[in-house]
Formats: sequence, C-alpha cells, structure tokens
Amino acid sequence: MMAARRFKIPRLAQAVLTVALIYAAFRVVFDIILGQPIPASLMTMYMFFVVSGVFMVFTFTEESTQELVAPIRALVEDPSKKLVRNIVFLIVPLAAAGLTYMKMLPDFAAPLELRTIHPAPPSSAELYGKRFDLLNLTNPFRKFEKADPEKFQQLVAEGGAVYMANCQYCHGDKLDGKGPYAAALNPTPLNFQDVGTIAQLQESFLFWRIATGGPGLPKEAAPWISSMPVWQQFLSEDEIWKVILFLYDYTGHRPRSWEHE
Amino acid sequence: MTPRRAFRLLGTLLLLAFIFCLVPPDGTGTGSGAALAQQSADAQTAATGIAAPKLTAEDYPTIAGVNARVVVWLAAQLHLWFAAFVLAVPIFVFIIEAIGMWSRDRRYDDMAYEFIKISIAAYSLTAVLGGLLVFSLIVFYPHLTQYLGAIFKETMFYYALLFFVESAALYLYYYGWHWLQGGFRKWVHLTIGLLLNAAGTTLMFLANGWLTFMMSPAGIDPSGAFTGDVWTALHNHLWNPINIHRMVANVAYGGSIVGAYAAFKFLSASGAKEKAHYDWMGYTANFIAICALLPLPFAGYYLAAEIYAYSQQMGITLMGGIFAWLFIIQAVLIGTLFLSANYYLWCGMARSEGAARYYPYIKYIAVVLIGAFLVWFTPHTLVLTNEELKALGGPYHKYLGPLGIMPAKNTAVNVMILFTALSFLLYRRANRVVTVPWEKAGNAVQVALFSAGIVNIFFLGIYHGYFTNTVYKVASSIPQVITTLVVIAVSILIDAMMYRGAKEVAPLRWGRVPDRAQYALFLLAVAFTWLMGLMGYIRSGIRQHWHVVGVFRDNSPDAFTPTLGYAANVVSVGTMIFMAMVIFVFWLSQISGVKREPDGYWKEQRA
Repeated sequence: MMAARRFKIPRLAQAVLTVALIYAAFRVVFDIILGQPIPASLMTMYMFFVVSGVFMVFTFTEESTQELVAPIRALVEDPSKKLVRNIVFLIVPLAAAGLTYMKMLPDFAAPLELRTIHPAPPSSAELYGKRFDLLNLTNPFRKFEKADPEKFQQLVAEGGAVYMANCQYCHGDKLDGKGPYAAALNPTPLNFQDVGTIAQLQESFLFWRIATGGPGLPKEAAPWISSMPVWQQFLSEDEIWKVILFLYDYTGHRPRSWEHE
Repeated sequence: MTPRRAFRLLGTLLLLAFIFCLVPPDGTGTGSGAALAQQSADAQTAATGIAAPKLTAEDYPTIAGVNARVVVWLAAQLHLWFAAFVLAVPIFVFIIEAIGMWSRDRRYDDMAYEFIKISIAAYSLTAVLGGLLVFSLIVFYPHLTQYLGAIFKETMFYYALLFFVESAALYLYYYGWHWLQGGFRKWVHLTIGLLLNAAGTTLMFLANGWLTFMMSPAGIDPSGAFTGDVWTALHNHLWNPINIHRMVANVAYGGSIVGAYAAFKFLSASGAKEKAHYDWMGYTANFIAICALLPLPFAGYYLAAEIYAYSQQMGITLMGGIFAWLFIIQAVLIGTLFLSANYYLWCGMARSEGAARYYPYIKYIAVVLIGAFLVWFTPHTLVLTNEELKALGGPYHKYLGPLGIMPAKNTAVNVMILFTALSFLLYRRANRVVTVPWEKAGNAVQVALFSAGIVNIFFLGIYHGYFTNTVYKVASSIPQVITTLVVIAVSILIDAMMYRGAKEVAPLRWGRVPDRAQYALFLLAVAFTWLMGLMGYIRSGIRQHWHVVGVFRDNSPDAFTPTLGYAANVVSVGTMIFMAMVIFVFWLSQISGVKREPDGYWKEQRA
C-alpha cells in the first residue's frame, strides 16, 4: 500500500506567503484595528527587512536554498516550461514599466518633507533685551516644587491660566496638539502629551522656543514652517516660566535634567 | 653579547624610548638658558592666552576650484578608516599569538602572522593618507592648523616620535616573527606586540584629544582665549568617551576587515585545505568582530549622552535635530551588522551534521532579531504625505511614535545582542552532545537566565524609559547593559562547564560553508565602513559653523551644514574609494605569495 503523501507547500511559495502574511498583519493591525496606518516610507523600510529576514531563514542551509531556488532555476532552464517562462518574461518587464509609469505621473500632492522636530537651540539667545545663556539657564520657579509646594501649585495654576488664554487654541486644552485651530495648520501643533516632545527637553529649551516662536528658529536648519508667535512680545518672562511649569505638571512629564531627584 | 642579552637591551631601549615619549614637557629641573627662555615665553602665553583668530572668507586659500571641505573630509575619513584597521589588527594579533603560546597550537600563530601581514601594506597607506590630511589642513585651513598647533604643540611632537616607536615595533614584530620563535624569544616577540599596541593606542588617544577639543574645548577663559595647559586641552569633556568608543569600535572594525580578507581568500581558494584555513580565519575574525560589536552600542550611547550633557545644543542637533535622520540610516546599518553576523553563524552550522538539531530554533531567533531591528530603526518623526498626516491626526504615530525614542532603542538593541549571543551558543553546541548528568538542569538555568534577563530589560526600558524623568531614563540603560552582559557571561560559563568532556557527534569540517556566508562577511565590512563614515560626519558636523565650538568660528565659504543627501554621497564615495584600496591591499598580499619562473627570460648562470 502506498503511503499517503503529505502535501507540502513549496519552499518558494512558503517564503512569498510568509512575506505576504506579515504585510497583511501590519495592515490589519495598524490600519483597521488601531486606526493608525503605518506611513508608506516606514512600511517600505519594514518590509525590506522583513524580506531580508525571510531570505536569511530560508537560505541558511544548502538544502533549503536549493529548494527555494529550484522553481526559479527550472523556470529559466527547463525546456518544458517554455510557455510559463515566456509569460513571466513578458509580465515582469511590463509590471516594471507600469510601476515606473505610475511613479512618473504628475502628482498634485505636496512633496514629502523631512521635518526636524527638535530644532537645536543656540548656546545663548537675546531675549527680552538681554542675553540668556541657554546652556545653564534654569526655571527660576522650579525650586518651589520642593521648597514651597503650595506656592508651586499657585504658580502652576497661574501658568495654566496663561496657557488657556493664549496657547490652547492650537495646542489644545488637553495639551494634545488638538486645539480648535490645529486642523488648519501644517505641520500640526506639538502634542505635549507625547513622550517624545517636552519630556525630552530641558526647560531652557522650552523658554527659548516659546519666547522666539517660529521666526526665532535657527537659520542652520532653514527653511522652517512654524506659525508659533514670538511670545516675548505678548507674555512676560515670568509668565513663560509659569506656562512651562504648567506644561510639565499637567502632562506628568519631567523636564530633562542631569540631577537625580 | 649573547642573544638573550641583546634582546634584553633592545627591550629596555624600546621601553625607555616609550617612557621618554610620555614624560611631560615641563622641562622642570632643566636649567639651561634656552629652557628658561622657553619657560618665560610659556608664562607669557599663559598670561595672555592663545586667542582664536577671527577670520573672513578671504582667509581660506582656494586652489584651482578645489572644494577644501570635501578634500579634508575625504582625506581625514580615509586616514581614519585605515588607522582604525591598523590599530585594531595588532590588538587581536597580540591576543591570538598569546592564545597560540598558551595552547601551543601552531595554527593560531600562523593565523596571527597572516593577520599582521595584511596590516603591513595598510600601515603604509595609513601614513600616506595621514600625510595627505596634514598637508590638506595646512594648505586649506592654515589658521586653524596654526591655532591647534599652538595649543597642542607638545602632543603633536610626541605624536611624531611615537609614530617612530610604533613603526619600529611593527616592523620588528612582523619581520621578526619567524626569527623570534620558541621559549624566551617568543616572549620577547609578544612583548614587542604589547609595545606596538601601547604606542598605537597612545597615538590614537592623542589624536582624539585634538578632535574632541574642537567639540568640547577646555581651558578657555571668558574672553575666548585658551589659557590652560596641554593636559587641560587634551583631557576635555569628550576625550574619554571618544577614546572608549573608538577603542571598542576599532577592534570590531578590524575584525570585520580581516573577515572580508578571509572571505576574499576563501572565494578565490582552489584547494580544500586552503578553503578550510580561510574558513577558520573568517570565523575567528567574525568572532572577534562580534565580541567587540556587543558592547559597542553602549559605548556609543555613553558618548552621545556625554555630548548631550556637555551641550544641549549639540545633543539636540545630534539626535533630535538635523542629524536625526542620519541616525535612522545608522540604525539600519547597525541592524545590518547584527543580521550579517547572525547569518554567518547560521550558515556556519553547515560545518557539522550535528547542527541539524538546532535548525528549527533559527527561525524564532530570526523573528526576534527582525522584530527588535524594526523597533531599533523606527523614527520618532515620520516622513508623511498630507493624506497620512490627516489619517494619523498629527505628525506623530500614536503607537509607533513611542518606539522612536531611546528607551525603546536601548531595549531593542539589548534583545538583539542577547539573541546574537544565543545564535553563538547554538553554533558552539552544533557538533557536540553533553555528557554531564546535570544537562537538563543546566539548560533550564540558561533558559531561566535568558527569560529573566529579557523581562528585566523590558521592565527597565518601559518603566524607567517612559514613566520617570530623563535622568533615570538615561541611567536605566546601564542596568540594561549589565543585565545583558551578565546573561551572556553566565550562560557561556554554564555552557562551557556543561560541554566539558562533551562527545563529538559529527566532526566540524572547516571549509564546508556556503559562499553566501562569505558575502555576509563582505557585507559586514562594507556596512561597518559606511557606518563609521556617516557617524564620523555627524560627530564632526554637530560643530556646525564652528571650527572649535563656541571659540573659533568657521567663516569659510563651506561653513554650512550640507544637505543629508550630499553628505551621504560624500561618505558613500569615500566608502567606495576605501573598499577599492582595501581590495588592492588584499590583492597585494595575494601576489606577494606568487612566484613565477619565466621560461628563457633569465640567462643561465654557470655553476
């Protein structure tokens, strides 16, 4: 009696299926379940290395490699596969040409931009008519956090009031970058709740950015697109420092520092 | 004089020469008029300081439309690539020679000799490129060269002297290899190797002092003049972080280049014996590269943290600002290094039939490695089309954004390192079976160790990385590293004890490895070279429009940060030139062993 032959998916098909399944999983999880699609630029990088990984696993032994390339070799060398070969050799260049054509079609979308999210501050800056050493500048009210917590809370509340009167229109009343004006801006205002924004920065950096706004961004990294006002023209020095206290207090982040608490 | 006495004398002389080079230049106790005059001049300089010149674009010479920045950039980079190689090779040649002496296995000695043979031709190229760099600096940036020369004159003089010591030690080490064999002679040879390494490492430390002074100058008074002494200038904030980083990186880099050499020889070898030899050589080189690669991310992180601590401006420029995008390329290249090294190990399992037992585990290691790698290079700020921006509701990705900051990267790289070590452990087990009765317990302890280590790395990364302030966030990387290193060290120790007296299930056949593995070794060398070029550019580029940060302004027409594409192109061209030169060096070593007897060319000589 002949033993029943177990069906085995060819190695090449296994590799292609693995890549396809991983791609589908990314799409389903991020696009549908989480509602946050992976941008095309990142997806290209992800899939490049997924394909590399699959290639590594499928080729680290000689047997597996031979099994993987056997259908490709047969397609090119086997005389009995002439029809399939001709079809593939027609489809591949046509697909490449089609892809090139689609890529070259004029597009009305704005070009992609590499946006630098944290502009580097100068070592010192001219603010309120005097020079501030940004490397050593500290928040004058931060000391009250431990020395006088009641006073500190009062300062935070004052900072909150200034924020609500001036900043929330863009940065949102939850500090999540979703203020009423946010939708009209590109790039959208910063989300302070994100761990990658104010939690990464020293308070002196925030002071400089708020005080000088969009026009104060460094020329080394021009051109900048920011509609942030020059707040030193509208707020006092103390008001900015209090707003900074509020930003950290509300979000629960701590400013970057080099000292243990 | 007996040979032993001659060696002692020679050793003493070399040692004295080395110590002389390290003596501080104070001249204390010298009472000559010239010395006193010099002291007086020094005192004068110390009082007034060395002021940084204020230059205009006209102060920078232009020669026949040559782009000064690109010339100096390429000369410095090519010099550094070769220097890293010739500094690293003697380090592990010394170690391999010592292993050979300890094990009395001649193969180690032969391999060490072959390694040092490659570095001889590279050594000349290093010196030639160093000369090109110095002349380029003098010609195109005379004021900067003069300024640095005034501050570092002593170290520059000693640098030149040490170069003689290094050359003498290298030539003695190489040409005396077969002469200094056996017993006491071998010890003398090893000592010369040690001297060679000491001189080479000191040279690198001196040069590191010059370049780190340009990034984090020390001894500068409020008016901007340098008033410190040479030690202050040398021992600036970033000197030691760079010293450590370069030291480790050089060893990894040297291993990768020698690995590429072995791959080159393997692919061009015709006989099985030759293939076996170069396969073993490639494996050893890759092993050295991996060993140095494992602590490298931590050394790099330490350097970046110190840059941030020194200057918020430089730190942000480096990792959050304009150069952040190059860090994504860096992440991709580092991941490529790990993938290549692992792939090489997996392919190497073909050397023994016994490895088939472990094949099923490889796919799981690959899944973890690729998963960690994707986290490792996920950027914080995304490149988005307008449609994507709208779909995400802002420039950040709610779920992938948190993977863009360092705690996620540190966690990912530690996992990658642990699983690379796991690949190595499986490779070591390939051709053997355990005979000790506590095999199950040993394996269980190893599994527990890896699991606990990974849990701890994740806890440190997630809790301290996202729920505490920055100081703990940065500091938590240290216990993460320690966890990784402890897991690796203890599991290798357990493995070594378990496999003591193990039975060989199938012989390890050197040379039986697919050609694909050799291309993985090439990829390792190219990725390393490119990576060093890119990161070298970033390190230098964060000075932006300063020759010496905050002290000496760069007012040349090139005092702007080039676009990332332009910078990447310059580095890529440099990489190609370097790889072409390296292939030339490989080819030289190939033809040096070829001996032809042309028919009828030479006159027959009468006996």
